[in-house]
Amino acid sequence: MPKDFLKAARDEYDVIVIGSGLAGLTAANLLGRAGHRVLLLEQHYKLGGLATWFKRPGGHIFDISLHGFPYGMIKSCGRYWSRELADHIVPLKSIRFDNPMFSLTTTYNREDFTQLLTARFGIAPETVKAFFDTARGMNFYDDQSLTTRQLFDRFFPGRDDVVRLLMEPIVYANGSTLEDPALTYGIVFSNFMSKGVYTFEGGTDLLIGMMHDTLRRNGVDVCIRCPVQRIEVDNGQVRAVGVAGRRIRTRAVVSNANLLTTVLGMVGEQAFDPRFVEQAKAVRLNNSSTQVYMALNADERLDESIGDLLFSSTAPEFRTDLLLSRNITSRTFSFYYPRTRPQGRPRCLIVSSTNAEYDDWARLNEADYQAGKQDLVETTLDALEKYVPNVRSRMAYVEAATPRTFAHYTAHAAGASFGTKFEGLAVSRGLPEQVRGLYHAGSVGIIMSGWLGAINYGAIVANDVDALLMKSSQPMQPAGQGTVT
Amino acid sequence: MTPAEIREEILDILGDIAPDEDLSTLKDDVAFRDQLELDSMDFLDIVMELRKRHRIQIPEEDYGNLASMASTVAYLTPRMKDIAPKS
Repeated sequence: MPKDFLKAARDEYDVIVIGSGLAGLTAANLLGRAGHRVLLLEQHYKLGGLATWFKRPGGHIFDISLHGFPYGMIKSCGRYWSRELADHIVPLKSIRFDNPMFSLTTTYNREDFTQLLTARFGIAPETVKAFFDTARGMNFYDDQSLTTRQLFDRFFPGRDDVVRLLMEPIVYANGSTLEDPALTYGIVFSNFMSKGVYTFEGGTDLLIGMMHDTLRRNGVDVCIRCPVQRIEVDNGQVRAVGVAGRRIRTRAVVSNANLLTTVLGMVGEQAFDPRFVEQAKAVRLNNSSTQVYMALNADERLDESIGDLLFSSTAPEFRTDLLLSRNITSRTFSFYYPRTRPQGRPRCLIVSSTNAEYDDWARLNEADYQAGKQDLVETTLDALEKYVPNVRSRMAYVEAATPRTFAHYTAHAAGASFGTKFEGLAVSRGLPEQVRGLYHAGSVGIIMSGWLGAINYGAIVANDVDALLMKSSQPMQPAGQGTVT
Repeated sequence: MTPAEIREEILDILGDIAPDEDLSTLKDDVAFRDQLELDSMDFLDIVMELRKRHRIQIPEEDYGNLASMASTVAYLTPRMKDIAPKS
């Protein structure tokens, strides 16, 4: 008989969190800590969503999305998790760019960027200051009509090299383009510029393990391998969640699943105002990714002067549409040295990431798909040779992931690895006005994506749910439907 | 709680939220953001903490009232007048 992963779950909760990405984990933790009865359901066999890792024989552990996040993570992790967890957050030492326009190394903060932009790119100091102040002053409720391209045109007209320096890491961080609202760029860029780029010492497995322990201490019931079939809504109110043949009653749901899957799939159109459904259907998903995971032989060491993050490109000009093409010219390499996991066996690993379109991979037959993956591996190794000489002979292990891989493991529509475009935020925030007790927390609207955005959004939504549960602390419905344990 | 007790309580919450800040020089009529390194998540934490400690509900549209110590105390005084101070 198959194992019943839902065995530990009771028949009724105050809140059920669907999905254990960083937003779902954080919402579950805060609500559990506030004393509510919380069930966390995850469809995959591991917690973490895209904050994940995998192991391969020989002591190699690959991180999918560990490098790097803004300084704000220290405060958010300390507050919404624990000081102990926040103490593992350490700065990345160097960020490199290498492309036909320029080649440089930076600590990726305002001070260093000001120095680079003035001394190396010849931009007037007052222009640089005005640009930083404008970006820093942007709010999510600002005018959305200004695009990131227009923002750059205003400050750095005709300077594609400057645009490349300012934009390329943000494209890597959240999949945004020059056509997205400038405020999304301003908010995310300023978060990074405040103090540079950080990582979690100990690796993603330690982070998620610590989070799981914290959840247990806060009384959250956690069930893996439990894909939710439906969210039951009656009379404008969330009533229950249908999972693994069971109906579990609840007063509130926080969905950390894909926004569109939540609205159109788990709940269904009939529960919403038709205009809201139209608004939801118009939300554009962000793109997906490809990654190539490369483990060096156990005794091989990388020279740390290579840097922690390397934005490499052979494209003579910077165009965000080219960054999605299957004909890859730009790759972001994350270098993981033994210091990533001081507690583990010393290993050097490299992960190459490229943004990609799901449709380019979804249509391929099996033979073409395998050939595509192999090509991805070979071209990536070719590109890496410039930075890691004799790379092929030094590799113990190489493997590729495509948008199909991301879709498989995260169950996100079209393997979206950065949530939705900006309009997704309003739909996500609008859910509780449509259905009492229904919330969404996850990567949406560009600004609420990445590790920091997801954790903060989980905290914001937990605050809303806590307010709702406190307002209506009477029992949800009379007894008689199932037993309360 | 009296306005003075509410002010003490807000200082206590701020001390948790921004442990590195010197709150002894805080000017009540100047915005928190202009004298402390507070971001929008910090204001959310003030809201969460007030609900946890005193069951005070502050709707999102009222968050603007939390801009400075003076405006926060003015906003909370009628809402906290029946709450007993901590012993």
